[in-house]
Amino acid sequence: MIECRNISKIYKTGNVETVALKNVSLKISQGEFVAIIGPSGSGKSTLMHILGCLDTPTNGEYFFDSQDVSKLSDDELAEIRKNKIGFVFQMFNLLPRATVLRNVMLPLIYAGVPKQDREKKAIKALKDSAFPEGFWNHLSNQLSGGMMQRVALARALVNDPKVIFADEPTGNLDSKSGEVVLETFEKLYKEQGRTIILVTHEKYIAERAKRIISFKDGEIIEDLTNHRSKTVQEIKE
Amino acid sequence: MLITDLFQETYTALLANKARSGLTILGIVIGIGSVIAMVSVGQGASGSIQSSIQSIGSNLVMIMPGAQRGVGMQVSSGRGSAQTLTQADADAVQKEISLVKAVTPELSGRYQITAKGKNTNTSVLGTNAAYPEVRNVQIDTGSFISDQNVRSMSKVAVIGPTARDDLFGENANPIGQIIRIKKIDFKVIGITKEKGGSGFSNQDDMIFIPLSTAQRFLAGSDYVSTISVQAIDQDSMTALQEQITSLLLSRHNISNPQLADFNIMNQADIVASASSITDTLTILLASIAGISLIVGGIGIMNMMLTTVTERTREIGLRKAIGAKKKDISRQFLAEAVMLTFLGGAFGIVLGWLISVLVSRFAGLTTTVSFSAIILAFGVSAAIGIIFGYYPARRAAGLNPIEALRYE
Repeated sequence: MIECRNISKIYKTGNVETVALKNVSLKISQGEFVAIIGPSGSGKSTLMHILGCLDTPTNGEYFFDSQDVSKLSDDELAEIRKNKIGFVFQMFNLLPRATVLRNVMLPLIYAGVPKQDREKKAIKALKDSAFPEGFWNHLSNQLSGGMMQRVALARALVNDPKVIFADEPTGNLDSKSGEVVLETFEKLYKEQGRTIILVTHEKYIAERAKRIISFKDGEIIEDLTNHRSKTVQEIKE
Repeated sequence: MLITDLFQETYTALLANKARSGLTILGIVIGIGSVIAMVSVGQGASGSIQSSIQSIGSNLVMIMPGAQRGVGMQVSSGRGSAQTLTQADADAVQKEISLVKAVTPELSGRYQITAKGKNTNTSVLGTNAAYPEVRNVQIDTGSFISDQNVRSMSKVAVIGPTARDDLFGENANPIGQIIRIKKIDFKVIGITKEKGGSGFSNQDDMIFIPLSTAQRFLAGSDYVSTISVQAIDQDSMTALQEQITSLLLSRHNISNPQLADFNIMNQADIVASASSITDTLTILLASIAGISLIVGGIGIMNMMLTTVTERTREIGLRKAIGAKKKDISRQFLAEAVMLTFLGGAFGIVLGWLISVLVSRFAGLTTTVSFSAIILAFGVSAAIGIIFGYYPARRAAGLNPIEALRYE
């Protein structure tokens, strides 16, 4: 599903070069629930941007769904994001003056889905992300943070993507709403076999995933698979 | 992205900032409105000038005497002063040129005229029966001078309404009364209809008498001061002018056209020069209005740049979920074009209202032409595209990662 070979990313500001990623190689198969963890500045967000086809690596090769995407143009990357990738961001990034349904249907507008199919797909996505039915026609800025993040999750799901990327999805939520969102991710992974890549700096959130890739200074320092998954209750003890 | 989606996105975005959208539209409304109003006022002015030129007659060629210049003399007494045109010239033009519809010779002079103790100083025009047709004069009451009057040198007069008011009082009926010109009694036989000033001379303040009478009793010579010739149609005026020139040159035994002792004025030339003046006026007015249109366009650009900055994160999100550059730029371009289109539509209404008010209160007949409306719509759409292009490009060029992080 995802395969990178020796990718690196170097940012240039004037004469100063900042190395964000150093020769990272990794493989993620379909149906995996992966957490990428690391302190801020470790390169985990840069990696997510490259894996999510928002950016291209400076060096190295990246194959997404067996396609080399490391040299594609902006519009070609947009095409891949449109059809194969869903994003959930820390800041939710909903359209504030639009209803929940309209927010969820937004990716379908760009994907050219016919109007009569959009609402059906959006409702399915909202149900999958455990969003309560009574709020479908509320404006998104009238919702609580937890509800907003579930709208964002439904928006990520609506076009049936191959991979869902979540960038600190609980970072702006209280622990209770954060837990609901994490449970939804787990459910999507277990019941629908979705590929989920979750970026966080909190260890207890990362431990909800089946595989944890730890980052430091632009390099992978640890790649743990099938560790024992702990619940929030256990961590608190 | 379907057109209806684009339309809905645009509509929602503009409604989100009603006050700002409204003020920006107002800029375009004023711009388009003033262009329409100015062009319609300009066209109205041109129309009224042309109609006043037409009121002196239609398809008119006027022959006037040239400068008085004796053999070997250096002193010229000015154009029109020579006594070189005669009744015979007028008859020859009538007889020998086929493009002529009617010919009327005129002999004009200013005299003190008295009637019943009142008096006035006005033009007295000796002419013949063809004059009303050639010079577009209509008779209100009574009749005009007849050919019989001319043949018999009758002492009869037809007076204009202004001269009638001066001599007999307003709206009096002076038919059959006597006026005195140069101590000679004339009987009033008719009154002409009011024409209004034509800008060249007041055709209402005039007294018409038979040409022969004027030559014999007032001027004391056989010359005429103008010969007005009406062409059969507008297209033949230039040809008519050439034929008259060659006819008169041969009649006056002049071989070099440079030394012609007469001048010919073509009404088409007067119309052309007058319309070139009003065209310049219209262009001037429209370009002043055009400046306000440009200012309105800058207002659009300003608003769109603000909007792009405000909605940076939204743009980032749209790109992240798969919007291409052209999707983003189209959306912002559509907003700009929608603003100018609304402004254009209201501007046309405003411009039309202004031109109606001008017609009503300034007495100038204005017309809002269909072409002006099409032009205004085209210009407003063009302004939307031109001034919306840069902000739209800026939005489309944003990096999605940076845009999503924008605070």
